[in-house]
Amino acid sequence: MKYVDGFRDTGAAASIVRDIRHLASEVEDKGIDARIMEVCGSHTMSIGRYGIRQMLPGNVKLISGPGCPVCVTDAAYIDAALELAGRGVHVASFGDMLKVPGSSETLADARSAGAGIHVCYSPLDALGFAREHPEKEVVFLGIGFETTIPTVVSIVKRAGSESLGNISVLTAFKLVPPALEALANDENVAVNGFLLPAHVSAVIGSEAYEGFVTRHRIASVIAGFEPLDILLGVECLLKQLAENRSELVNQYSRVVTKSGNRIARSMIDEYLEVADSSWRGIGIIPGSGLVLREQFAEYDAAKRYQVSTVGGTPDRRCRCGDVLRGIILPGECPLMGKECTPLFPVGPCMVSSEGSCAAHYRYSR
Amino acid sequence: MKSAERIQLGHGGGGRLSRSLINSEIVTRFAQKGPLAGLPDGASLQIGNSEIVFSTDSFVVSPLEFPGGDIGKLAVHGTANDIAVSGATPLWISLALIIEEGLELALLRRILDSIRLASVETGVQIVTGDTKVVARGQCDRLFINTAGIGRKIKSLNTGIHRIQQGDKVLTSGTLGDHGMAIMAAREKLTLNEKLYSDTCSVHRLVAEASQWGEGVKFMRDPTRGGIASVLGEIVEDRSFGIVLNEDAVPYNPQARAVAEVLGIDMMHVACEGRMLLICSPDSAEGICSAWRTLPEGTGAAVIGEVTDDKGRLILETGIGGRRMVDIPQGELLPRIC
Amino acid sequence: MCLAVPMRIIELKESGTGVCELDSVRYDVDLSLIEKAEVDEFVIVHAGFAIEKLDLDEANARLKLFEELAQTNDRQLAE
Repeated sequence: MKYVDGFRDTGAAASIVRDIRHLASEVEDKGIDARIMEVCGSHTMSIGRYGIRQMLPGNVKLISGPGCPVCVTDAAYIDAALELAGRGVHVASFGDMLKVPGSSETLADARSAGAGIHVCYSPLDALGFAREHPEKEVVFLGIGFETTIPTVVSIVKRAGSESLGNISVLTAFKLVPPALEALANDENVAVNGFLLPAHVSAVIGSEAYEGFVTRHRIASVIAGFEPLDILLGVECLLKQLAENRSELVNQYSRVVTKSGNRIARSMIDEYLEVADSSWRGIGIIPGSGLVLREQFAEYDAAKRYQVSTVGGTPDRRCRCGDVLRGIILPGECPLMGKECTPLFPVGPCMVSSEGSCAAHYRYSR
Repeated sequence: MKSAERIQLGHGGGGRLSRSLINSEIVTRFAQKGPLAGLPDGASLQIGNSEIVFSTDSFVVSPLEFPGGDIGKLAVHGTANDIAVSGATPLWISLALIIEEGLELALLRRILDSIRLASVETGVQIVTGDTKVVARGQCDRLFINTAGIGRKIKSLNTGIHRIQQGDKVLTSGTLGDHGMAIMAAREKLTLNEKLYSDTCSVHRLVAEASQWGEGVKFMRDPTRGGIASVLGEIVEDRSFGIVLNEDAVPYNPQARAVAEVLGIDMMHVACEGRMLLICSPDSAEGICSAWRTLPEGTGAAVIGEVTDDKGRLILETGIGGRRMVDIPQGELLPRIC
Repeated sequence: MCLAVPMRIIELKESGTGVCELDSVRYDVDLSLIEKAEVDEFVIVHAGFAIEKLDLDEANARLKLFEELAQTNDRQLAE
């Protein structure tokens, strides 16, 4: 696995960490703490899996932001999916959604009680299921950021061309750049560097962040998700902080181009339009969501079945919103490891395989 | 804390959810004291002057036949291995079959032949059994239960209580091969070379290790939940911890590639023909060398060490970081064994 | 969920999918989001789809950088 292992070399890591230490003390001399936020599930997991936080000096803080689409999905979305399952609609979903608590129970609970729910690795599996079971109504739980959105939209595209009438998508698509905007505007959020997502950026292109970086003057690096990529990304941000720069740097140029994936972007444009969206724990972020255009209403499960995916009543004790904005660290949540564990999660950050609380519980307690 | 009121798939996963079910329903009723206390792999019992070990396991693997084995082979090895890692020589096995109406006779014959071959190779006799047939749809093709009895090996005295700081952690070979072979077969991934299950009997490995007598502190076979489960359970609430060296943990490169593609952590993946052994520092190299002379032990390696970091299982990662290894949560890979 | 792995295209199929390979694991991947996919190109695969190509020149340059860093590390350790 040359293009995997080469990015995990110990000697190279040690060398980069040495440079990071030099830069960190330069930054410290200026009286600054480096507070770097990543907004990408693969970054959260890589940092946890490789123990990267332990390798960094004390004044360099890596904070996990809202990089996990499962984590920011409203309780009402789960409630809607449960409602559909209760009506006999077959629900197909990415695995992570199954254990997310809605207002009262999870999809896994419903499955144990006999509801027709199954896990897909790819949206294409749901299409296959719908073709094989013309007698069933199938709904795919379409959550995701820009990396996943085009793959889910393929369901609508193919169902259309095959005149497949028994499948639709319950959408909760979210966009990363408006979330970055909201974080930068939030006075409670103290971040002076962003590690920008690897594969969302592959789709939207580096140009998607240019306005943001110019307006807010926060150093930002697009980094791959392998551990060496992340370490180099941190090094670049520290260098910028030490030199008072706030630029956008694309360090994942082996995958991310300036304009991103043209086909994916035009597909998104053809089938979806921008709308306001509610981020669990954060609230409504204007223009941060995508919904199916009117002409595709028959594939929009919310319209087809008349269910609402906004709101819901998550557990009042839950601090996921503060964790997602980096206001508290997962370890600082009073429920961490006590009332809230992966086995009995109170909020979605603990459920998703990319959730910052799940990563903390698994890797750093 | 909200509790699940129905049995979920995760309750059979070998991870935390399984343990919570066992703790709340089984331990409370049967294992507060006596041979079941502490939930050993096999029960140590005394008949007159003889010490025996008694163990049981059920097999619901899907698909029934997979590269490297089948449910029958697993059924023999699984129980024999539980007995072996309890420090005993497996001798006799019972065989109970629950067959779904409609199962092809040719398939049943292949599996029974496989059971016979596995029992000869393992040196055990099938001495009693039972066969039930249920109507179509009431079980998934074939379920097997085996129970077994073995004679305790006198030189071995193993148990969690014997583990001390400084002891070494050994594996008899590459980890996760069985689980990944099942996943690859299920996901219908094509591989240039097939991924084979590692299912085999570990009784010869135990016999070799027994030469080190008191140096051998603890043994277990990492089935459901993988080494993360086994080692995580050992250190939980104890006065010691374990640190693993990621670079020293042996994996089959193909299995790793499949895990990479499916996004699975190899430390959570089941083996069916491997054992973990904790021993005194001066026994480690000797046991590894002895293991490497056997085909089932060619990949033997020292992968870690017992520390005084109470209750924590830590991994030193390949790039020089450190992180915890947690016991897997629920149903990572259903019907793996 | 953002899980993505780099894989090599070893065969193109009529259906718009390709057989892709990572270290001898082969998998059918949907190539409809990629322009002019060709055999021996590398793609990043997510949820059963190739979402972007891997630029080999850039990837190799990066690997070379890491090799150099590793050598720097060896030299510094030796000092």
